[in-house]
Formats: sequence, C-alpha cells, structure tokens
Amino acid sequence: MSSMLKQEARVTSAPKAPDAPRPRTLDVVHAGIGKRYRAEKRFRFYGLAAIIASLLFLSIVFVSIVTNGYSAFYQTFIKLDVFLDPALVNKADLAEANFNGLIKKSLRNSFPDVKGRRELRRLYALVSPGARFKLRNMVFEDPELVGKTIKVWVPANDDVDMLMKGHISRDVQHGGRLTEHQLAWIDTLKRQGRIEEQFNTTFFKAGDSREPELAGIRGALVGSFLTLVVTLLLSFPIGVAAAIYLEEFAKKNRFTDLIEVNINNLAAVPSIVFGLLGLAVFINFFGLPRSAPVVGGLVLTLMTLPTIIIAGRASLKSVPPSIREAALGVGASKMQMVMHHVLPLALPGILTGTIIGMAQALGETAPLLMIGMVAFIVNVPQGFTDPATVLPVQIYLWADSPERAFVEKTSAAIMVLLAFLIVMNAGAIILRKRFERRW
Amino acid sequence: MSPTTIFVTIVLLSGFAYYLGVHRATHVAGGKGSARILHSRPTYYGWLAVLWCLIPALLVFGFWLGFESKIITQLVVAGLPPELKHLPADRMTLVINDIKNIVSGNIASSDNPALRAAAAHYKNLVAISHGVLAVVVLVTIAGSAGGVLWRIKPRLRARNQVELVMKGLMIVCSTIAIFTTLGIVLSVLFESIRFFGMIPITQFLFGLDWSPQIAIRADQVGGSGAFGAIPVFAGTLLISAIAMAVAVPIGLMSAIYLSEYAGKKLRAAAKPLMEILAGIPTVVYGFFAALVVAPYVREAGAMVGLDVASESALAAGLVMGIMIIPFVSSLSDDVINAVPQALRDGAFALGATQSETVKQVVLPAALPGIVGGVLLAVSRAIGETMIVVMAAGLAANLTANPLEAVTTVTVQIVTLLIGDQEFDDPKTLAAFALGLMLFIVTLILNVIALYVVRKYREQYE
Repeated sequence: MSSMLKQEARVTSAPKAPDAPRPRTLDVVHAGIGKRYRAEKRFRFYGLAAIIASLLFLSIVFVSIVTNGYSAFYQTFIKLDVFLDPALVNKADLAEANFNGLIKKSLRNSFPDVKGRRELRRLYALVSPGARFKLRNMVFEDPELVGKTIKVWVPANDDVDMLMKGHISRDVQHGGRLTEHQLAWIDTLKRQGRIEEQFNTTFFKAGDSREPELAGIRGALVGSFLTLVVTLLLSFPIGVAAAIYLEEFAKKNRFTDLIEVNINNLAAVPSIVFGLLGLAVFINFFGLPRSAPVVGGLVLTLMTLPTIIIAGRASLKSVPPSIREAALGVGASKMQMVMHHVLPLALPGILTGTIIGMAQALGETAPLLMIGMVAFIVNVPQGFTDPATVLPVQIYLWADSPERAFVEKTSAAIMVLLAFLIVMNAGAIILRKRFERRW
Repeated sequence: MSPTTIFVTIVLLSGFAYYLGVHRATHVAGGKGSARILHSRPTYYGWLAVLWCLIPALLVFGFWLGFESKIITQLVVAGLPPELKHLPADRMTLVINDIKNIVSGNIASSDNPALRAAAAHYKNLVAISHGVLAVVVLVTIAGSAGGVLWRIKPRLRARNQVELVMKGLMIVCSTIAIFTTLGIVLSVLFESIRFFGMIPITQFLFGLDWSPQIAIRADQVGGSGAFGAIPVFAGTLLISAIAMAVAVPIGLMSAIYLSEYAGKKLRAAAKPLMEILAGIPTVVYGFFAALVVAPYVREAGAMVGLDVASESALAAGLVMGIMIIPFVSSLSDDVINAVPQALRDGAFALGATQSETVKQVVLPAALPGIVGGVLLAVSRAIGETMIVVMAAGLAANLTANPLEAVTTVTVQIVTLLIGDQEFDDPKTLAAFALGLMLFIVTLILNVIALYVVRKYREQYE
C-alpha cells in the first residue's frame, strides 16, 4: 500500500514534462500492478514453503527414527545343539553349573576344525554372553533336561546381529568388526539354517545392559510408570484444588496476583532449573533417595502443576454463570455449587489438560538427570524408592553408547516413547471431542 | 510396623471414621427419619470425622518421618566408638553412608565390626521409632476423631467446618506455586553464594576462560579450574541465535499463511501436524541432531571445503529451531487472529493486496504480541537442555563461528552435576551459579514477554 502511495507522491512531486499530460492515478496504479501481484504471489509462496518446510522436518524426524529403529524389534539367534553333560551339570547343585562351558563346547563341536586359543575365543564371540543365562533358565525350569542334548536358539552377539541386518559392512576396511574366519563361520551357520532373525522379546522383557543384544526397556518403562503415578497422584488433586480456588473463590487482591504471576512464570521456567531444585531441596535437604521414582515424581509434579492449573482454570471459566446462579438459587452453599455442579461440568477439560501435562512429564529428561535417574540400572524397579530410570533417560543413555547396535535400540525406544505420547494425546483429543460442551 | 502399614492403617481408620460420623449423626438426630433436625446433612458429619482423623494423624506421620532419619543418625553417631566419633565432617559422611549401606543390605566401601554394630544399632532404633510412631498415630487418631464424634450434636455446623477446611486446603494448594518459585530461588541462590565465596563473582561473570575440571594432582593435564563463564554464555547465545534464525521466519510465515491465506481444510490439517513438532520430547530431537543432522552438516561442509566440527553449533541450533517453530507459529497465530478484521478491511478498501495488508497493517498491529512470543521462544531456546547436551560440545570455545563446537549453560550444568557431586567443591557449585544465571535471564525474558503480550491483548479487547 505504501508503495502505491509513494508512487503517487513521486508523480505529484516530479517535475512535469512540459508537453506530456499529467498521468492519471489509475495509470500509475496499472503500471505498478504487475509488480505488486508478483510480490503477492511470492509472499504466498513463502508462507506455503514455511508450512511445507516444517511438515518436511516432521516427516524427516519420523522417517529417520523409524528406518533406524524398526530392525531392533528383530534379533539374530543362533541354534546350538547343547549336550547337558551330567558331568558338568549337577542336578542337585544347578547354581554352580558351568553353562558357559557347555555353550563353548557346543560351538567347538559345530566347528571342529577351529584350533588355537585366539581363534576359539573369536568363535565363542559369535554368541552373546547372555546365552548362558538362557540355557540356565531352561534347565532351572526343567531339571529333567540334564543328560539330554537340546536344541536351543541363543542370542547372537551384537556385531553378528548388526552384520545380519546389514548395518555394518563385511569389509574390515569399511568399519566391519568381524574377522574373515568369523564371517566364514556365520556363512556356514547360514547355510545350515542355524542362524536366523526372530522377534526380539528381550527388548520388552529385560532391563538395561551393557550388551546391546541383552538390553531392554522394561526397567525404563516401569520406572516411567512409577514416576508418572507419583506425578499424577500429586499434581491432579493439587492442580484442581488450586484452579478451583483461584477461579471460584479468590478475591482479586495482591496475594492472588502474586500466585498468578508465579504460576505463569513457572510454566516458562526451563525444566533443568526444576532439576536443580529437586537436587538441592528433595535430595540434599530432605535426604530422599537418589534415582528414586518418588523424587522424579515430585519434581515432575512441580513442573506439570502450572499446565494443569492453567487448563483447569480455563475449563472452569467456560462453565456458564447461569449454572452457578441456579445452584445458589436453590440454596446450595458456594462449595456445594462448585463441587456438585461446576466441577463435574469442567472435569473433561481439566482431564484433557492433565493428560497433556502427563504427556509432557513422560517426555521430560533434563530434570531427571539432575536427581540421578541417569544411573546404569539393570534391575527392574519394584517400588517407588528403588533406583530407577525412565524411558527418555534410557534413550539418552543409549544414544551415548558407542556400539552400533545401540543406535537401533535407541530408535526403537524412541518409537515406543512416541507411541505412548501419541496414545495419550489422542486420548486427550477424543476426551475433548466427546465431552466438550458448547454453551 | 513399617511406615507403609501405618499409612494404610490411617487411611482405613479414616474410612471407618466416616461411617461412625454418619452413624453418630443419625443417632443423635433420633433415627433416619428425623435427619432434618441436623444442621447439616449426615454425610457432612462423616466427612468431619474423616478430616479430624486424617489431618492430625498425617501431620504427625509426616513430621515424624521427616525428622526420624536425622535424629537416628545423630544417635548412632553418638554411640560410635571414640576413634570413629571424632572424625572430620567429610570422613564422617562416608562412615554414615557405609552404615546406611549395611542397613539396606548393599555393599559398603569398608566393613568392620564397629560399623556392623552401628548398623545394628541403627536398625534397632528405626524399629523402635516406627513402633512408637504407630502408637503415637493411633493415640492421635483416637483423641481427635473420638473427640469430634463426641461433639456431634444436631446443632454442630458440620458443613461449614468441612467447607472451611476444604477452602483452607485449596488455598494451601494454590500457594505451592509461590513456594516452588521460592524454593528455586533459595536453592540456587544459596549454593551460588557459596560458589561466589570461592570464586569472585567478577571472575565468573567476565572471565574468558572456562575449564571447571580442577586437577587433583599437580602433574595432571587438563583442568585448571577456571570459572570464567563468558564463553559459555556466548555459546548459548550463538546456538539460540541460530535456532531463532530458523524458527522465527518459518514460524511467522506459516502462522501468517495459516491465518490469512489457508482454507479451512488446510488449516485444520496443518495446525495439529505442526503441534506434533512441539510434542516430540526434546531427547528425541537431541538424538536426531546427533545422529542425522550433525553428520549431514559435516558432510555438506566438507563438500564445499569447510571444516565442520562434528558437534557444530549449527547442527544443534538447526534442530532447536525446528523444535521452536510450532511455539513461534502458535503464539503468532494467536496475536494475528486478535487483530481486528476492521483494520484489514480498511486496507483492502484502499486497494492494498493481501500481502500488502499483512505486511503493512496486520504485522505492525500484531508486532508487540509477536515480539512477546519471540521473547518467550528465546527463553525456551536458552533453557533447552537435551538437544544441546546430545549434539553440542563440551569444550568452551569463545567463537562466533557456527561451524565450530561451542558449549551452553545447560550443557555445563548437566555435565557438572552428573556423576559425583561434592557440595564443597566449586565444580559442583558452579552448576548452581550457572543455574542462577539461567533462571534470572529466563525470568526477565518471561516477565517482559508476558507483560508485552498482556498489554497487547488489552489493546484490542
């Protein structure tokens, strides 16, 4: 518009040519209109390009995670014929049995021409160190197996797994991690049909491990669950109570202003600062255990409270005053009016806000690093004070691990995390769609 | 009795108290039919009994457990043999840790009969304490709940009392926000003051050298223990600037397109999709930055002959920008929609094209709100942790070159606080000083931004 005005100004102030008639405004407008329309088109294009760019980023993130991670749901297993030698496995004292020796023996039997300590060690390295535990559990469950030869699928080592999945090269020069002999053995196993990929149940059943093929997300999932339970139990009642007080009871004065300013600010405080608070107050001052879901839950409660309070207030505000007046009119006290009429009507909105807050808490990592939930924990936590880690922190830990196999584990854990977030957010949307009332 | 059992008992007893309260109220009224002579409905008498049962018992329970550990530790320390008792404070904490480890069945760093005896003493005291707690809680419940049951008369204003307590609880709940802020300020301030007692504040704020690792032995390489935070601040600013350079144009343009040009269908589809970007956990972005973007940036740099660090500020900044796009766009969308239609109509009437209207009428009118939104986004970029922890460097380089590795405030806080923490070591305390800076800067940005946005809203309401 101003370019238009400018043109006009130029026309009026320009020295007039003596013979040319003064150009009409309309001509000036027409002269510039092509340029202006092109600018219009360009601007529209920029806008569209911005949207396409952000959607492109979104799809790149998802595609790269999925292409990296889907293979973690499968794992390479090697079939061994293990003779449970009664000389090595004593039925009466299973705990002392040398299952590792049995597995080594079975490998030696499969490749009788391998000689020399170094070569043998390379042969044993094809099988995961977790193989002995699998064998042990089988024998513990059924001691009658002792003395028989059993066929058992044991997990392969992560390097073998990566090779089978094509994530690392066969060539040592190109980052291959297996020797020529090992490759030959693998090829033999392949020909015999004794190496194959199966569904990876370990990933969902096991806790963390230093060995990628034995690592799972069970511990992190349970830790996340326990932490979220604490968060929900604390933040929902407190958040709803605060929202009700601020929206229905509080008079507008300095004190309520102060609370409001604080809530709005806390909503924008960096999450890591809450971690510092948790470290200094809950762990150092109150002496609560480090790495425990209960401390994580407390920290996340403080973080999600502003979200729930703000959503709760918005939801309470949307209940029309006529409901309140009607309740008061038939003799309800103010508390009865809120509890019996306003709160039930506002509840779907509050729940939606709570679910969104919980989804944020589920994805939160930084504050939990501060309170020690970043420790390497193999056991699945059993209670609220056991050392635990949570899914996002597990992702962070795995992302830091150098093994190639952890890249796919990390991506797979991210897929599980995103699946939970999608379910929670979809739940919130459905809740809103189904129960939201327009007055 | 374990604390869990005591807690469950308290809850069960309060359920019983409800029943007793209702029963007693109907009884004093003279049967079910004449409940109308009661001041409140019978359930309120039940709730009153519950409150009188629950609140005193939980207060006792909470305080007891809160102070139990400290008092028992003191007692155990007092009972230690003299050669252990007079250790310096830092050795003493080790001994206490060992005792606690033995108590909880973990492996202790040192194991000797004196410690074992102390651990047994500790266990014994805990058992006594829990036993006494159980008795005290039961007596409290009997006293307070019994008292209120005895007081139930038809004229007892149970409803008013219950409502008063509920209102009190609500007020307590809403003050938690204040206490959280207070807790944050005090915890970071307290540790920061200790830090500034060791390192002068001027050196921290204006020093150009940051290497917080302190050499333990004289011959150790690396760390000199320098705490000049300027390179850290500069790195934070650099990465945030890159992020804003990505997020502001894309976020703003998409907000303009969605609110001014897009049809209903596109808007309904694109908005939620963009919101997904905001819902992705930051640790995922961090992994994405380290795994996909950083190598790509490095290769692209190598192709044009540039030497790019594998943890370049550019990669971290780009991904952080992607994360902030929906933040900028949804805030701008709100303020653009708040511009009255009359302003647009006026511009159209003068013959302006749509883009001219946006650029010269809508945007200037929405500018304060957009600036507020951008400030909030900056504060988020400064405080963002996981992306930079996973994709940015650790070494503090004072550089403006986005292709080099820089470090940020949040990265330093995380690296200083993960692992061993000693709260008399400037290294650990430095993290709190950085946290204080982070809190102050984001607080100022937030306050300005919220003020600007609110002022702007009022302008058109």
